Amino acid sequence: MSSDVRFTDFKSDKQPTWCPGCGDFGTMNGMMKALANTGNHPDDTFVVAGIGCSGKIGTYMHSYALHGVHGRALPVGIGVKAANPDLEVMVAGGDGDGYSIGAGHFVHAVRRNMDMTYVVMDNRIYGLTKGQFSPTSREDFETATSPDGTNQQPVNPLALAMAAGGTFIAQSFSSDAQRHTQIVQEAIEHDGFGFVNVYSPCVTFNDVDTYDYFRDSLVDVGEDEDYDPTDPDQAEEVILDGEKEYQGVIYRDPDSRDYGERMGLTENMADIPDGAPENAMDLVREFY
Amino acid sequence: MTDDLNWAIGGEAGDGIDSTGKIFAQALSRAGRHVFTSKDFASRIRGGYTAYKIRTAVDPVQSVVDRLDILIALTQRTVDENMDELHEGSVIVYDGERTTMQDLEIPEGMIGLDVPLKRLAEEAGGAIMRNVVALGAACEVAGFPVEYLDEALEKRFGEKGEAIVSNNREAARLGQEHVAEEYGEVGDYSLECTDEDYVLLNGDEAIGMGAIAAGCRFYAGYPITPATDVMEYLTGRIEEYGGAVIQAEDELSAINLTLGAARAGARAMTATSGPGIDLMAETFGLVATTETPMVICDVMRSGPSTGMPTKQEQGDLNMLLYGGHGEIPRFVVAPTTVSECFWKTVEAFNLAEKYQTPVYLVSDLSLAVTEQTFPPEEFDMDAVEVDRGNLVDAEAIEEWQNEKGQFTPHAATEDGISPRTLPGTPGGAHMTTGLEHDELGRRTEDTDVRVEQVDKRQRKVETAREREDWSYREFGDPDSDALVLSWGSNEGAMREAMAFLEEEDISVRFLSVPYLFPRTDLSDAVEDAEDVIVVECNATGQFADLVEHDTLTRVKRVNKYDGVRFKADELAREIKEALAEGTEVTA
Repeated sequence: MSSDVRFTDFKSDKQPTWCPGCGDFGTMNGMMKALANTGNHPDDTFVVAGIGCSGKIGTYMHSYALHGVHGRALPVGIGVKAANPDLEVMVAGGDGDGYSIGAGHFVHAVRRNMDMTYVVMDNRIYGLTKGQFSPTSREDFETATSPDGTNQQPVNPLALAMAAGGTFIAQSFSSDAQRHTQIVQEAIEHDGFGFVNVYSPCVTFNDVDTYDYFRDSLVDVGEDEDYDPTDPDQAEEVILDGEKEYQGVIYRDPDSRDYGERMGLTENMADIPDGAPENAMDLVREFY
Repeated sequence: MTDDLNWAIGGEAGDGIDSTGKIFAQALSRAGRHVFTSKDFASRIRGGYTAYKIRTAVDPVQSVVDRLDILIALTQRTVDENMDELHEGSVIVYDGERTTMQDLEIPEGMIGLDVPLKRLAEEAGGAIMRNVVALGAACEVAGFPVEYLDEALEKRFGEKGEAIVSNNREAARLGQEHVAEEYGEVGDYSLECTDEDYVLLNGDEAIGMGAIAAGCRFYAGYPITPATDVMEYLTGRIEEYGGAVIQAEDELSAINLTLGAARAGARAMTATSGPGIDLMAETFGLVATTETPMVICDVMRSGPSTGMPTKQEQGDLNMLLYGGHGEIPRFVVAPTTVSECFWKTVEAFNLAEKYQTPVYLVSDLSLAVTEQTFPPEEFDMDAVEVDRGNLVDAEAIEEWQNEKGQFTPHAATEDGISPRTLPGTPGGAHMTTGLEHDELGRRTEDTDVRVEQVDKRQRKVETAREREDWSYREFGDPDSDALVLSWGSNEGAMREAMAFLEEEDISVRFLSVPYLFPRTDLSDAVEDAEDVIVVECNATGQFADLVEHDTLTRVKRVNKYDGVRFKADELAREIKEALAEGTEVTA
């Protein structure tokens, strides 16, 4: 990996079709900067994108990438990393992709703790299908499919990750470019599953969870000198606090051991001989 | 066929039926005899009738028949379940000291051998060995040297220490001696042993071994009967070759994990059964449209829905051919024997990579649970070839870049096969997507590009049709007017059915078809025949429909969907009946 990679090397020549002002611009820029800052190269990076506005990121970034089916981006990322541990794997999707249709995979990806990064662009709305409530929408949020509110609790992604044994749980805000980049960078550097929920406002369909709302309400745990992200009790308190919004690295397990290491995954599985492995007849002899 | 012996042990699930049967099968194999096994089992851990059946002969055996010569019955129900197969002179070994077996009535004309299995086992060191006592008793009845059990017992119990092994050997001898002393000569069986050395394995194991041989290094799956043995075989073995098995949280994850590994360049596979194929259908389309090589194995069982999870059926064919929304290029390959499970797996990986197309490898419960003997040369590893297709490395990458230096993973080439470069290759970075895409793998709705990409994906199939060998396996009399067609595991039963038919001077031409898509053109064979009979384990005749569609000719159908595979003698009767009359026959 060359050290002179610039973040623009991760940019493709396709112009994004996101709405002007969409939070995803900032989210993506931070991801590209974080990848460059951590010494990665587009040819050694694999991005997996889900379905939704956020899923378009694979097109706007330059790297090896797959834009898959709705909700299944995480297993694809785990498969890539398992097969070739030398690759930097980053999975990106939205709140619908990650916490609704893909919620099952989210929990299991957290448990597995594969060394990869998962960035969720959380705008608390379904944008690409033009404005239905999402799993993170507030209970009183009125949309085309929830004229009287959703009548159900929003999902708390950080709590879900904590309960599943998450080893790196963070939250950022797409318009706080510097902090967002820094947090994603830490997620990349984390030895295990680096999970970042990014507040990435939808300027078209969500007039509640707006830039102004997050700007006014966000508390940065990084600015609190007494906050220790390796203390699960403090993390729990922040994660379960329904009154405020937080950003920063909320929890980090310093003893995290990633799945690849535990499974002994070190080799590039793409390297195989042109015939059966040398000692393959041993397999036949086992059946005597 | 006096040397052809049909043997079974039956009892309740949890009685160790399976491992006992396997020990006897291995002993027969060690003695240079051919073995073909089948299982009656229920989808539960304990309780319920279960049996392990063995057919053994000096010549190769490839089917079960409707006949049972020696039965070890641990329960009354074991006798009841097998009344149709038991015959005059059949020997039933049971433990009359067992309270539930005291009133066992031996059907007229059969020979009951009351052997105190539990008591003798305790004498040898523990009641747990009562099945092995029964094996010893069976050896005596079959005229089979008990010494051959020793090696099989070593294989089964070796890890538990020498004492356990020798106790088991003792248990077998006590059983044998008891029968010899109490009953003298029973029946006139004398199993011939030979110097041949066979291996004994089932279809799932053959698929797993084929995968490793072919260079598969990644497997993800979710446990499901009857495909789980593929995963269990690979676990602990594939790692020795630098690979890994991941047990996924569900089948949706399994196929997407496999997709990820395949995109990273590994030869990757998942295996499941019908319900899992249902769940994988959406991603299957993604695999095909992103032109990712992958092998997806469907070990079919009885459906629909949960159906009969431990029963045989070939009911998934239509789904495998047509499943998924939109039009999805694919290959569908169905091995017809246990050893073919190995070779077709190797072939499936080559097809997948040469044509960057997903391959359905279709097996079924009968193949999965059948342990069959083969000479080890049947699995000649030197004959395994690995063809990775159009893999482009860093040196060749420029050839496949556009004027802006961008790699073109979906280049619309003449034969439809695009260049493929693996992540980590300098200059090869590219995306791909389940959206319709251009040569660069980027989303498009341009009408010309859409048509170009659809055509090029279809062209790969046409190219494969021309370049590969899609022939059927032919048996019987090539000049016969009677043509029998089948696919999948029916081959063995049909080949043996032909021997029964020959005894009645009925000759048929039999084509066993392993390729369902693309498939061999059967028009000439059908046209040359007067009667065409299609044999398959489903109710509607899915393969028969295909044959009629391809050849514009009506065929007769022999279908079985009661959950049990065809038996050779039963199938012979069905064929005879079909030849004599009607256009629709149901077993």
